[in-house]
Amino acid sequence: MEGKPLEIGDADFNREVLEAEGPVLVDFWAPWCGPCKMVAPVVEELAKEFAGKVKVVKVNVDENTDSPSRYSVMSIPTLILFKDGQALETMVGFKPKDELADKIKAHL
Amino acid sequence: MYDMIILGGGPAGLTAALYGGRAAYKVLLLEPGAFGGKIASAAWVDNYPGFHKGIEGAELGQLLAQHAERFGVEAKKLKVEKIDLAGSVKKVIASGKEYLAKTVIIATGTPGTLPRALGAEGEEEFMGRGVSYCATCDAPFFKNKDVVVIGGGDEAMREALHLSRFARKVTIVHRQKQFQAAPKLLQKAEAEPKIEFMLETAVKKFEGQQLLEKVMIEDLKTKRQQELEAQGAFISVGRLPDTEFLEGLEKDEKGYIITNENMETSIPGVFAAGDVRRKSLRQVVTAAADGAIAATMAIKYLEKL
Repeated sequence: MEGKPLEIGDADFNREVLEAEGPVLVDFWAPWCGPCKMVAPVVEELAKEFAGKVKVVKVNVDENTDSPSRYSVMSIPTLILFKDGQALETMVGFKPKDELADKIKAHL
Repeated sequence: MYDMIILGGGPAGLTAALYGGRAAYKVLLLEPGAFGGKIASAAWVDNYPGFHKGIEGAELGQLLAQHAERFGVEAKKLKVEKIDLAGSVKKVIASGKEYLAKTVIIATGTPGTLPRALGAEGEEEFMGRGVSYCATCDAPFFKNKDVVVIGGGDEAMREALHLSRFARKVTIVHRQKQFQAAPKLLQKAEAEPKIEFMLETAVKKFEGQQLLEKVMIEDLKTKRQQELEAQGAFISVGRLPDTEFLEGLEKDEKGYIITNENMETSIPGVFAAGDVRRKSLRQVVTAAADGAIAATMAIKYLEKL
């Protein structure tokens, strides 16, 4: 929770997301995806804004296929907010920061 | 009070900001997303003069932003909620705060994030569950699946061709009697055995349990409906300017702002630049040119106040 998104893979998903304490925001992205590049700085800002409260991780779906398919990710960018191993909120496509922040605040 | 508030941080807005800042005016730029606007999501920009090897879209966006910031432009990542352009002092409300300015330059583009929705039943429900607006992003999720592409322009052909590398079958569904795509692209699509075509046909409904399973299509001549199995549906019916919140400005029937060659709109002190205005060529270089003209004309307007 240092205020920076942490890059993780399928192998770390259980430990870093499902078994983590507190809310975790997962950004499913890929290098080939333009809108993902637009979301990336917003996700970084969210990590900073919610430092200590929400852990922010990124999963590259190009290299990791298990976790995106487990959560039926069929469109990127997709952001999923997890808490206690449960997916609480799924946000598909580019959304402005305020809208994402409001969704996260609702689960704090 | 700002001299200039610029809405939109794409090439038009950032160039306007750079001109305004360099002329030592107090400039505020508001952008809800990433700097660079639509080019931030373009993989590669190959035709911006001076970058002879081409440049990544997102990187060009960052460079444009740094260039404007070098001249003291204040840039905020905020989404504009309301705007009042009528008086001599323009009011902009963004994230609940009010900002005042003597001039406003609108450079909000045709947001890549705002692809035109089809408006068919179930579209929103299945967004991210099979309905997509970006084949480049999502094609790999549809390996060996059946997909439809809705649209008939260049982008629809490009999306279908890209999808044909992954999907089992790609059906292009288009309302018109013929495609608007450039002949070369169309020929390429026609030569691809995985791609099938349905003209004068419209998608009426998206259906499935959790994920998209089929689309209901209607033959527009006979009005007969039939189901088409599809795990993916890529909507490519164009992009629109997001100008509904700009009241009192003269726009064309699609919502593009009408300006003269000085980028002046129908309201004094309000200028428009880039893709958001009615024009014939929407490229980075023409957006930048619009931005330079809009800022220069805004400065002339300020000098007369």
